[in-house]
Amino acid sequence: MHLKGSETMDSLEIAGRKFNSRLMVGTGKFSSNNAMQAAMEASGCEIVTVALRRVDINNPGDSMLQHIDPERYLLLPNTSGARDAEEAVRLARLARAAGCEPWIKLEVTPDPYYLLPDPIETLKAAIILVKEGFNVLPYMPADPVLARHLEEAGCVTVMPLGAPIGTNRGMRTRDLINIIVEQANVPVVVDAGLGAPSHVAEAMEMGADAVLVNTALADTPNPAAMGEAFKRGVEAGRMAYLAGLGPQRSKAQASSPLTGFLREE
Amino acid sequence: MNLQVNGAEFQFDTGSSIGQLLKQLDLHPDRVVLELNQNILNTADNINTQLHDGDKLEIIQFVGGG
Repeated sequence: MHLKGSETMDSLEIAGRKFNSRLMVGTGKFSSNNAMQAAMEASGCEIVTVALRRVDINNPGDSMLQHIDPERYLLLPNTSGARDAEEAVRLARLARAAGCEPWIKLEVTPDPYYLLPDPIETLKAAIILVKEGFNVLPYMPADPVLARHLEEAGCVTVMPLGAPIGTNRGMRTRDLINIIVEQANVPVVVDAGLGAPSHVAEAMEMGADAVLVNTALADTPNPAAMGEAFKRGVEAGRMAYLAGLGPQRSKAQASSPLTGFLREE
Repeated sequence: MNLQVNGAEFQFDTGSSIGQLLKQLDLHPDRVVLELNQNILNTADNINTQLHDGDKLEIIQFVGGG
């Protein structure tokens, strides 16, 4: 493979649609809509996630749709808050009724402490939603066997977690994600827990196709700078993966010649 | 009439249609999605849909989320 600089930035394809950016951004928890927009802009993202909630009828507030340009970003609604397949399917249908394209980030997280995805309910919901014509991107435990099942169900990606949502702890599931990357025939998007540009670079170096980040961009005094930092992390990791990383060794291998030393032999 | 809106009792006397209810609540029809008695409605197509005493309505919108 002959790679020259920017030629290495290949596009990502999901469900037949091409994206230049491999960084997806979540829109939760930003201190202001301006901060969110600045982070999105700087990150170069093309896919942004949103959630669906009841309107507080005494204090309606803004709809997120007022702050995201649908010409520029693919809106990826999530089913966050769903505790089982039935609730997730209901939320996905509501998102479609709201006029969104039929893309859904499937999340079923019955456990309120670690927000870990329920593998059985996630698979059940995925089967139903794929039949209904959704492009399903399932948030899932980093389980290679489950990834296979979700792929066979017709999901357009798999989205294993690096660490629990919002923890910023990085690629704690690294070895399992490696197996998923090795086996998957759909894009692998590492979602959740990625808290630093080095974390996303690590995921991309391993051959993940994309990453999704929210908390790390929202929970900083400078979301715009962090958005750009993550963008560079993703690009660096992808470029290194395509270029081909050197093998790891247990013993030193000199980089300088082992001859011509200035000493008596 | 008495409705249940987003899980709470709601007294609605200024009209009888979904459009009138949204107007009273100051909600833009393009920005919300509705579920009437557990059936999802396309809001724009149901502005003139009549509400009835005891109806259960969910009014949902997009918020930030990851």
